[in-house]
Amino acid sequence: MSVLVYVEQAEGKFKKSVFEAVSYAKAIADQQSTNLIAISIGDVADSELKELGKYGASKVLNVSTDQLKTFVNQAYASVIAAAAEKDGADIIVLSNSFSGKGLAPRIAVKLKAGLADGAVELPSTDGKFSVKKTAFSGKAFAITELTSANKVIALNPNAFGVKENATDAAIEVFTADVKQSDLGTVIKEIVRATDKVSLPDAELVVSAGRGLKGPENWGMIEELAGLLGAATACSKPVSDADWRPHSEHVGQTGIAISPNLYIAIGISGAIQHLAGVSSSKVIVVINKDPEAPFFKVADYGIVGDAFEVVPKLIEALKAHKA
Amino acid sequence: MKILVCISNVPDTTTKITFTNDNTEFNTSGVQYIVNPYDEIALSRAIELTEGGKGTVTVINVGEASNDPTIRKALAIGADDAVRVNAAPRDAYFVAKQIAEYAKDKDFNIILTGRESIDYNGNQIAAMVGEFLDIPSVSIIKKLDLDGDTATIEREIEGGKEVLTVSGKFIASCAEGVAEPKIPNMRGIMSARTKPLVVIDAVAIEEVTKVTKYETPAPRGTVKLIPADQTEQLISLLHSEAKVI
Ligand SMILES: Cc1cc2nc3c(=O)[nH]c(=O)nc-3n(C[C@H](O)[C@H](O)[C@H](O)COP(=O)(O)OP(=O)(O)OC[C@H]3O[C@@H](n4cnc5c(N)ncnc54)[C@H](O)[C@@H]3O)c2cc1C
Ligand SMILES: Nc1ncnc2c1ncn2[C@@H]1O[C@H](COP(=O)(O)O)[C@@H](O)[C@H]1O
Repeated sequence: MSVLVYVEQAEGKFKKSVFEAVSYAKAIADQQSTNLIAISIGDVADSELKELGKYGASKVLNVSTDQLKTFVNQAYASVIAAAAEKDGADIIVLSNSFSGKGLAPRIAVKLKAGLADGAVELPSTDGKFSVKKTAFSGKAFAITELTSANKVIALNPNAFGVKENATDAAIEVFTADVKQSDLGTVIKEIVRATDKVSLPDAELVVSAGRGLKGPENWGMIEELAGLLGAATACSKPVSDADWRPHSEHVGQTGIAISPNLYIAIGISGAIQHLAGVSSSKVIVVINKDPEAPFFKVADYGIVGDAFEVVPKLIEALKAHKA
Repeated sequence: MKILVCISNVPDTTTKITFTNDNTEFNTSGVQYIVNPYDEIALSRAIELTEGGKGTVTVINVGEASNDPTIRKALAIGADDAVRVNAAPRDAYFVAKQIAEYAKDKDFNIILTGRESIDYNGNQIAAMVGEFLDIPSVSIIKKLDLDGDTATIEREIEGGKEVLTVSGKFIASCAEGVAEPKIPNMRGIMSARTKPLVVIDAVAIEEVTKVTKYETPAPRGTVKLIPADQTEQLISLLHSEAKVI
């Protein structure tokens, strides 16, 4: 018995959400009185792999087979399942990222495992193994018991936090046979905006809605986000009108996020919007309408015109940073 | 070309989610059901790809007879025929197994699902069906184009996108961007009544998950309002009280 965590790399580096998944997996390993093994696939330097020890991984399996340099979920799932079987891991943890969402269900089927995706807390283990996960697009949580012998858990970003737990990680090369039929998808191009904070795992998010009137007014939103080191987001009508890209659309039919801080500017707070953002830890609402429904779920609010309030907020933030 | 689209029957997006029976069951009273919005996107793309005699679109739903109006809606949008696996959808593993069992000997070139169902929402079905059938799966796609036997797909990744190709059979889960959702017209609605809707039995499968309780998010305290001309006060509260900046 052990816990296996898949550590997703991007250009040879691990993101904070990966260290968070490792911290979470370590806490589960402690609950189960067992050890934590991490598995990395692709080109990652030993020095970066060693970092995983900081968060409690005592062993790191390094898979750097040529065919697996870029993400192919079918093949990655095979390798991770093979590692789980070889090391006797019965709990597999991943980050609920875009790739994790493609991978976790395949691993679950391979291992005949129950899958709790979008986990937000440590499992409770009083006789039953139950995980609290988001359901109904963020409108509720489902306490889901995993009744199978093997278990797969995909952790929501920002749900657990990064916790240090210094261990010396032993790095081991792991090789697994890759079937040709597992390599059906071929990546042609990866486009990544490196100068921006990625929204799904951002800790701070500045979001704006139709109250901003038009795409030309997003300069101040970008400036505020830049000063905070925050990602930018928007409401659905804004991306529908092509003022902002679809990848920024949050809510029931967009992405669900749970940052530490969500600042909503000129967004009314429709039920479909709230579904995707209401699990943010702190919500700030700036809206000129004191009756806007968003104020009902906000921690802090400013009733005022965004075109006056946001520039002042930027000034205040600059002063605070100085 | 044969395309299979998986359709899920979900509460209308304006539904206030509540639970009954000591918070163990979703409260369905007064709830309106719709075709999952993402599934409409998947279905619309399937119709575009097969238009003009280039192929057929079958929709499949795992659910009870009460789902039939939703399935008819999918037929009205333009699917050619429908299959319902007659069983309450227990969890994603169960649903995916049913879809895979149906599809395994039917020779579909492409299977499409929505990115996630807005009720239970796991984004699990596509990759699970892919694994049961041992075919490639691509999750959360934003674009799908076909050139003969090869599909070019864009999928979302953190802070960007990935462009990939796949040849032969595959399954993909569709998000916004793949197609504009089609709205049924009068002719579609009329013909939907007579299009085939076949009901088949479910296969048995072991249970791997069980929802034991639902919770709704804890209500927040009342909002602290800050005067519009005192933005520095907001910054200081976020810094020293909320400790988020
Ligand atoms: C099936 C379905 C799914 C949906 N899914 C989503 C989803 O995932 N995400 C989503 O966001 N929406 C979704 N919606 C849409 C949702 O119902 C709302 O229409 C939408 O969220 C409203 O966006 P908004 O708040 O930006 O615009 P509006 O509702 O137009 O609100 C604009 C707000 O800005 C304020 N305002 C105006 N001018 C100013 C100013 N100068 N300064 C400050 N404030 C100002 C107004 O008081 C108002 O509150 C969905 C709808 C449907 C039917
Ligand atoms: N009961 C069901 N019957 C058929 N397809 C389903 C069912 N539930 C979910 N799906 C499909 O799987 C997708 C993802 O669902 P989920 O994994 O529940 O988020 C949905 O968008 C549908 O396309």
